[in-house]
This record gives sequence, C-alpha cells and structure tokens, in this order.
Amino acid sequence: MELKTLTFIVVGLSFALYIGIAIWARAGTTKEFYVAGGNVHPIINGMATGADWMSAASFISMAGLIAFLGYGGSVYLMGWTGGYVLLAVLLAPYLRKFGKFTVPQFIGDRYYSQTARIVAVICLIFISFTYVAGQMRGVGIVFSRFLEVDITTGLIIGMGLVFFYAVLGGMKGITYTQVAQYIVLIFAYTIPAVFISLQIAGNPLPQLGLGGHTGDMYFLDKLNQTVTDLGFAAYTSGNKSMIDVFCITLALMAGTAGLPHVIVRFFTVPTVHDARLSAGWALVFIAILYTTAPAVGAMARYNLHATVNTAVATGGDVFAPESSIQGETRPEWMKRWEKTGLIKWEDKNGDGRIQYYNEKSKDPAFLAKVEAAGWKGNELGSDKKGKFDGTVDRDIMVLANPEIAGLPNWVIALIAAGGIAAALSTAAGLLLVISSSISHDLLKSVFAKGISEKGELMAGRIAAAVAVCVAGYLGYNPPGFVAQVVAFAFGLACASLFPTIVMGIFSKTMNRGGAIAGMLTGLIFTMTYIVYFKRDVLLGMDKVPDSQWLFGISPEGIGVIGMILNFVMAYIVMKMTPACPEHIQHLVEGIRYPRGARAAQAQH
Amino acid sequence: MSNPQGFDPKAYWSATLKLLVITLIIWFLVSFGAGILFRDALDGIHLGGYPLGFWFAQQGSIFVFVGLIFWYAKRMDKIDREHDVHED
Repeated sequence: MELKTLTFIVVGLSFALYIGIAIWARAGTTKEFYVAGGNVHPIINGMATGADWMSAASFISMAGLIAFLGYGGSVYLMGWTGGYVLLAVLLAPYLRKFGKFTVPQFIGDRYYSQTARIVAVICLIFISFTYVAGQMRGVGIVFSRFLEVDITTGLIIGMGLVFFYAVLGGMKGITYTQVAQYIVLIFAYTIPAVFISLQIAGNPLPQLGLGGHTGDMYFLDKLNQTVTDLGFAAYTSGNKSMIDVFCITLALMAGTAGLPHVIVRFFTVPTVHDARLSAGWALVFIAILYTTAPAVGAMARYNLHATVNTAVATGGDVFAPESSIQGETRPEWMKRWEKTGLIKWEDKNGDGRIQYYNEKSKDPAFLAKVEAAGWKGNELGSDKKGKFDGTVDRDIMVLANPEIAGLPNWVIALIAAGGIAAALSTAAGLLLVISSSISHDLLKSVFAKGISEKGELMAGRIAAAVAVCVAGYLGYNPPGFVAQVVAFAFGLACASLFPTIVMGIFSKTMNRGGAIAGMLTGLIFTMTYIVYFKRDVLLGMDKVPDSQWLFGISPEGIGVIGMILNFVMAYIVMKMTPACPEHIQHLVEGIRYPRGARAAQAQH
Repeated sequence: MSNPQGFDPKAYWSATLKLLVITLIIWFLVSFGAGILFRDALDGIHLGGYPLGFWFAQQGSIFVFVGLIFWYAKRMDKIDREHDVHED
C-alpha cells in the first residue's frame, strides 16, 4: 500500500481509539477532573506518567541529540530518568499523603501564605506554557511531514483532539487516553529499533545490540573509528566539560522531580504505598524507551555515515573519490526529506559527489588528507531559510531512521502515529495542570472562595479550553526560542518548585518568609542567567561568549546554582523572620507517615 | 491529625531518613559517580562492547534506578509495618 494511505489509516485508527476512551472516561466531579478520582492503579498510573512525561522532544529529538553528542547525550538519559528516584524518595509519597489536588495548593497550605501560593502558580504557568508550546509545534510538524497537510491544519486537528479529552474528561479522561498513547508510542519507537539492531548487530534487543559485534569488531569501536576517520570527536568520549555534564544532569533530575505535570500524577493513586510503587512503574515504562534511545542514536549515526560514504561499511579508504556517493544516485528518502529542509546537499567542490565530514576539525593530519582528497567543505547539512547549514538536522535521526535503514512502509506509518501520540499526551497533561491551577488555586482559593463544585468544574473546563487555544496559538506562532530554551522549564522547576517542596516536607521549621524568598531568588537568578546567555536567540542581541559562563556551567545546567541559592536564601530569611506556627509543624508531622492517606483526600 | 497509638514519630522518621540516605547514595554513585566523575577510569574496563563508564552513563544507571525505586518501596513498606503506620 502507498505510504501516505497507510499513514492516514494508522493515525486515523489511533485517533478513533483516543476519542472512544475520552467519551468512556469523562469526568463528573472535580475530584475526577483534577485527580481522576484518586483511584488509579499504580501500573496504569505509571504508564500514563510515562506517556505524560515522554514528550515530542523525547520521542523525536532525543535519539538525534545523542547521535550527534555521543557520550555528551548521557545528560538527557540520566537526567530525565534519575529524577524519578528523587520523586519516589523525596516527593511523591509525602505529597500523596498530603492529599490535595495541585502543587501550588501544597505550597500555599504548607507555607500558610496566599503569596507563596501565587508565586507557585506563576512558576507553574511559566514552566508549563514554555513546555506546551514546543509540544504543539511538534504536533504541527509531525502532521505536516507525514500527512502532507500544512502546519496550521495539523495544529487544528491536534488542538481539537486535546480539547476533546482534556476538557471533557479532565484528569480521568487524560489518564486513560495516555495509557493508549503510551502503547502506541512505545511500539512505534521500539519496532524500528529492533529491526535496525538486527540489521547492524544481529541482536533483536537494541540494549544489547549497541554493545554487540558488527562484522569482526564491536559496533561501538567501529562507530568510534568511523566518526574519527571523518574528523568528528570519538562517539564514546563526547565534548562537554565534566562540571557541565554534572550540572546539566543534576538540573534535569531535580527539574523532572519539580515539574508540576509529573508531580500531579502521583495524586491520582489511592495510597502512599501506591505512590512509591507508581514512581517505579513510571520509570520502568520510561526506561523501555530511554534504554532503546542510545542504540537508536548510535545506529542512526552509523547508518547515515555508511549511506553517504560506502567505505565506512567496507572498511576501505573514506577519502577515495568513489567512496563518496554520487549526488545523482542519492537515496529516495534523502530526496523526500529534502522538501522539509531537514537535510540538504550542496556540491561545494563540484565533483557531483557528497562529502560528509567535520570541516571544523582542528586535527592537522586529518585536514591534510581532506586537502589531498580535494574536499572543499562539508556538503551534507540542512536548510535554514534557504541557506545551507552545515549540520544535519537532529530530528531526522528518528523520523527518517526507518527509511534510512530501508524498513517497510507500515513501520514508517507507525512512527508518525507514535510522534503524534507523544506530543498529544504531554500537551494534554500540561494543559490540565494549567487549568486546575487556575480554577482551583486562583479562583476557588483566592478570588471566588464560595464557588460551588459544579461552578468549579465548569471553571476548570473553561480554563482548559482557553489553555488549549493559547497553546495552539503558541504552536502556530512560536516565540522563536521554544526549542532552545527547554532549559527554562527544567532550570526553573529545579531552582524554584523542587527545593521549596522538599523543604516543606523535610523541615518542620521552614517558614513562610524563607520559602517565598527562596523561591523568588531561585527563579530570578536562573531566569536572569538564561536570558543573559541566550540573549542572542531571545532578544536578538549579540551573543555573550560561552567563556563567560559562571564556573563553566552552561545555561542548561545553571538551575543547580539557582537551587543552591534557593536553599541558602530560605535558611537565612527563616532565621530572621517569625517561626513556623505550631499547627503547621503538626501538619508536616502528619504527612510523614502513610496511615490515613485515603481519609486525608476524603476531606475535600 | 492525631498520631496512631503507640507510634514513635522520631524512631519512624529516623528509620525513613536512613533508608533515604542509602538510596540517594546509590543513586549518586551509579550516575554521577560511575557515569561522570569516574568515567575515564571505568572506560578502561569493557563490558562486552561497552566501555564501562559509557555504559553506566547511557544505560546502566537507568537499570539501577528502576531496581532502586522498587527496593526502596519494599523497604519503606517494612518500616511502615514495623512502626504500625501502614495503610489498611
């Protein structure tokens, strides 16, 4: 069957499934709307958390990042999984025992302060919208590439779907659609990986295939040799400084644990025991994708080089003229993806062949060979506004991977459905925390305290509907920096919400003044640092050189310093302001042991 | 919120904190330790086709995290029961 027809069928079927589930699981009470009734089984919740967590970025971009960063890509692998350990031991069980609906509600009640609650709402909305804009963009892009509709049409279809199950079903609808979306996305991710691992290493498990043999040598050694022959840094050593790798990993971990849409998922299980287990299950389901990703990245990188330079696979001389493939006979997939601008060929030396290598290499021996071969610059890259950019777009590594490896059409159609599922599930989870925080934390707790349950439910639905529209607009007209500043969402969660919640649980004496001062310090410091070093993409100003980084820490990792400042400032201000009242200390004592978790929630 | 009868919050909390510290030490050692700080030394050792430090950074730490959370949950259940604050 033709690829386009097949893609329509696979994507259409997955949509029908989500809509069916949304109708079946619609919410009737605020408790169902905010926390799915608080009765979700830990395995189901783990699966939903996995889908909620694994965004379009995890699905589409992460393996590509790893492919080009090699060892440096480990920051994402460790950072985005290690956070679940922090969640399981520091946050999830205690927040579940506390038994409320939202993160700002915990902060507001624990620090007996409407100001703290509103600061938390501001952090939450900022983090969530930064994140959701990227998801909606992802939806539009996947639609336009695979279904060949324009980005706007794709976006409207995606918004309609999210609108349907987020507004109608609330957390309950989202939970069960996310389970379906998890299944779709994980099959879409692992099936091509299994095929490719079989092709390259003869092992169906990509986790083992990456460490397996290809021909007579280990695949990773072969890959190291391939990339260094072509002037790139060795795959298994990478190119980031140790302190930066350390800080980025920690910022991503603490950021993950502080992301409101992840935390809120642990309010939906019945008991404290289930909250701990659910963090484990979430990580099991996440780990299936995250341990596959390094193999996908490495093998895609190898396949790309082997396609462009035939000597890579045979072990011949990569500099021999006939090793580089002829532009005329370049594979079909390359021509197909050239339309999207993700890949582009420019014949710089006019020999009709494609040379792909690291033209920025500083190795004199390598440069001498390049000179002798008559290469005049790297010829494979992507299209940036009609101009040749000498780097291949990272997203192509997952999206075009099955085509590069020559896999059947149904596998390619599956990738489309998986990418859309990943983006939609995360967008829905984010929209829900935005809407519940507006209806519950702003309306019910601050502006309209007397609101009825029915009124609150309606307000929640209206807030979700408005949030979908704002997200759609951000996806249609994204602030240019969306992709570059994911650092924002993680850095801010790491520097503002995470330490404040942890202190709220583990210190009985931390008081209102300390918490507010700490949150604001973390938030303002981190934001200022990121804006300062990303001002070229954010404000269109001249770039500040990376050599000015504080302690050599990149904006992606600076949340760690923000977190430390948060703790320090909170401690200093606590010492100078009135002590935490007695009844709050009892409240903190109460959330530390599990008994009565069901009762705590029934008090609403 | 009144405490369950005969419940010693100090003993329960110190048992909890002890387990928490052990869990976080393991968490730190496999990721920041093996995957980052001592990677160069570990890369000299090979696990199949993997340099060991690289393996910890890209896969090993994730496997340990998964096991660690379930181990922690089980140990916490035990502490809860010993102090009679487990859920019914």
